[in-house]
Amino acid sequence: MTGVTLKNIKKSYGKTDVLFGIDLQIELGEFVVFVGPSGCGKSTLLRMIAGLEDITDGELYIEDVLVNDIPSAMRGIAMVFQTYALYPHMTVYDNMAFAMRIAKENKAKIDERVNAAADMLQLKPYLDRLPKALSGGQRQRVAIGRAIVRNPKVFLFDEPLSNLDAALRVQTRIEIANLKETLKDTTMIYVTHDQVEAMTLADRIVVLAAGKIEQVGTPLELYTKPANLFVAKFIGSPAMNIFKADVVKTGGNTCIKTKNGHQFDIPVKSLAGLNNQEISVGVRPEDFYLSDQESCLLSGEVAFVESLGEVTLLHLAYHEKENPVVVKIPGIVNKHKGDIVYLQAEQDKVHLFDPQGISLLYL
Amino acid sequence: MANKTAMPGKQSGKVISGLNKLRRSPLIILVHLSVLLLVILWTFPTAGLLISSFRDKEQLAISGWWTALASSEQNLITRTAPPNQQQLIDGVYLLEGTIEDIEKTDGILRFGWTSREPEAYQAGTTAEMGNDGTLMVDSSGNYQMTSVDPFTGSRGKRIFYTALTPPAFSLDNYIEVLGSEGIGQSFLNSLTVTIPATIIPILIAAYAAYALSWMKLPGRSLLIAMVVGLLVVPLQMSLIPLLQLYNVIGNFFGVSAKTYLGIWLAHTGFGLPLAIYLLRNYISGLPKEIIESARVDGATDFDIFMKIILPLSFPALASFAIFQFLWVWNDLLVATVFLGNGESELVLTGRLRELLGSRGGNWEILTASAFISIAVPLTVFFTLQRYLVRGLLTGSVK
Repeated sequence: MTGVTLKNIKKSYGKTDVLFGIDLQIELGEFVVFVGPSGCGKSTLLRMIAGLEDITDGELYIEDVLVNDIPSAMRGIAMVFQTYALYPHMTVYDNMAFAMRIAKENKAKIDERVNAAADMLQLKPYLDRLPKALSGGQRQRVAIGRAIVRNPKVFLFDEPLSNLDAALRVQTRIEIANLKETLKDTTMIYVTHDQVEAMTLADRIVVLAAGKIEQVGTPLELYTKPANLFVAKFIGSPAMNIFKADVVKTGGNTCIKTKNGHQFDIPVKSLAGLNNQEISVGVRPEDFYLSDQESCLLSGEVAFVESLGEVTLLHLAYHEKENPVVVKIPGIVNKHKGDIVYLQAEQDKVHLFDPQGISLLYL
Repeated sequence: MANKTAMPGKQSGKVISGLNKLRRSPLIILVHLSVLLLVILWTFPTAGLLISSFRDKEQLAISGWWTALASSEQNLITRTAPPNQQQLIDGVYLLEGTIEDIEKTDGILRFGWTSREPEAYQAGTTAEMGNDGTLMVDSSGNYQMTSVDPFTGSRGKRIFYTALTPPAFSLDNYIEVLGSEGIGQSFLNSLTVTIPATIIPILIAAYAAYALSWMKLPGRSLLIAMVVGLLVVPLQMSLIPLLQLYNVIGNFFGVSAKTYLGIWLAHTGFGLPLAIYLLRNYISGLPKEIIESARVDGATDFDIFMKIILPLSFPALASFAIFQFLWVWNDLLVATVFLGNGESELVLTGRLRELLGSRGGNWEILTASAFISIAVPLTVFFTLQRYLVRGLLTGSVK
């Protein structure tokens, strides 16, 4: 049995297509995060799973039951909204009991479940309060509690942390992580545009862009083996450096030559078709280290230094002006504006992308 | 800014910031002045009405309400003791005594003995009447009338006097209009019309507003446009066709032409466009997430309406209730057309109009009736206005 299965799910508003055939299988009890820039369709996809948006085409299964035409109340889902969406005229208790009262459950059972959820989220002292007497973090906990009480098969989070301030965000993120441990059998789908949330919470991340899935994988897979330029740039902060290089030798090892004349060998063999072509090279800021003129991948003049103590960020004026290179070096580095630095990276930390932006190394 | 400075500075800081405020916003002063003017314009006549309605009717007839607290002069007539009580003293016939009702006044100012000059003499002086007679009235009401000839006839002679009467307030006017003038019955009739004519359109409009805001149905925007369009149809134009229609349908079901049911339906019809428009604007502005969240929680549209929308729409419902209540309560036209003129049907406005015709000079009746008719709208407004609070949605989203 799978948790949620999406088969060629499409969505269009009138003639505007928003989602172009999403295929995805989410295992039972898995925590999956949809991440992507705003407007990529991730919230729409979540709302379709919730039953708040019609499915234009394709099939949606929740625990192997086709739910395309089943109203959201019957799908066995619970949703936590970005804006909490608490019922403002009801107390915390009533908010959490609402769904069960609608379902005409008996009082004792409601009481038991609400109290259990309130315990789990430390909401016990606030059960008699109205939402307006709560802080933002407490409100979001009530919203989560309201979802827990329903005992859903699938838990949906729609950017639940984006209305909270930074400190609360970290705290609530930890609570959601704990929740994931507590409710092991519940499938959870979480939408966010914040890659830190995605990386820390997810079992698997689904990166969406412009209505398509770019890559699905565990957080570390996405980080170490991005399948294309979009994922490479989207995951990681500061973003991966991308610069152009020419393939100068194929067969055996591949050799590339960067625009300022340095050559670099990579142990990949199957790039014959790309001989003498221009490709994109990606290196994460933290994968560069300082080297000397004889052995380096890139060189450039320091344009700007950010000394943060634990790390130093060097911004280099590389000859692609619109595309400066950022280097992240641990500790304090004695470099100043105007210094020339030489950068080197390990072979397995260098990513190659063909002119279409598809990774040449990981597929 | 002021908080940071020490105590002496605090005062001057406040004054300066106050002055700055004044200088910055002459418009605010203008707004405040206009509000003050409006308040005075509205409360002054109302206060006058209220004071007048409690005054004694004689005083009301001769002086304005602003003199209500001062004693007023009143021209009165009384008669002396009858001639059979006359005494012959020193060859002169004498009638003496004290003016009845003198204890109700603050004393007599002037008197006279003929209707042509009722105030000719100051109290305490002696007036020469014709035929060698005299009349003396002092300020405490004692009089002496003398004559050389004996007084004849069975009744006493007339004395005209001007007395100072103290202010008098009572509920007499109210008792009179509520009972004998029929205002009481009309008051009940008006309530019978108004309460259902307020509740029925609210109920219908709230359902309609929910459906027009949150339920997907084909032609929804067209329906809304039609409702808004209906706002411009003048009531006067549709009144007679509507009555005819009602009569035809009423005939079919055997309902007579002028009944309470008819006027309820008429007011409902006339009130609905505005009600739907107002409520829809409010309800469609409620946060979408709350409704979606309720839907995910398993609530049907009816559940959502009853448990979420209605409680949250209280401000809108209250403001429309005030509107509709005032409009129906003050209505004369629709009531004249759709309701009869009988004792058990005549509404307050109709009764006031009748009183204005038949008792137009009796200010005590008109003021008391008028005040009874505005008392109810005032009560309604003050009870419902506390629901017109903002911030009902606080804590729900964000």
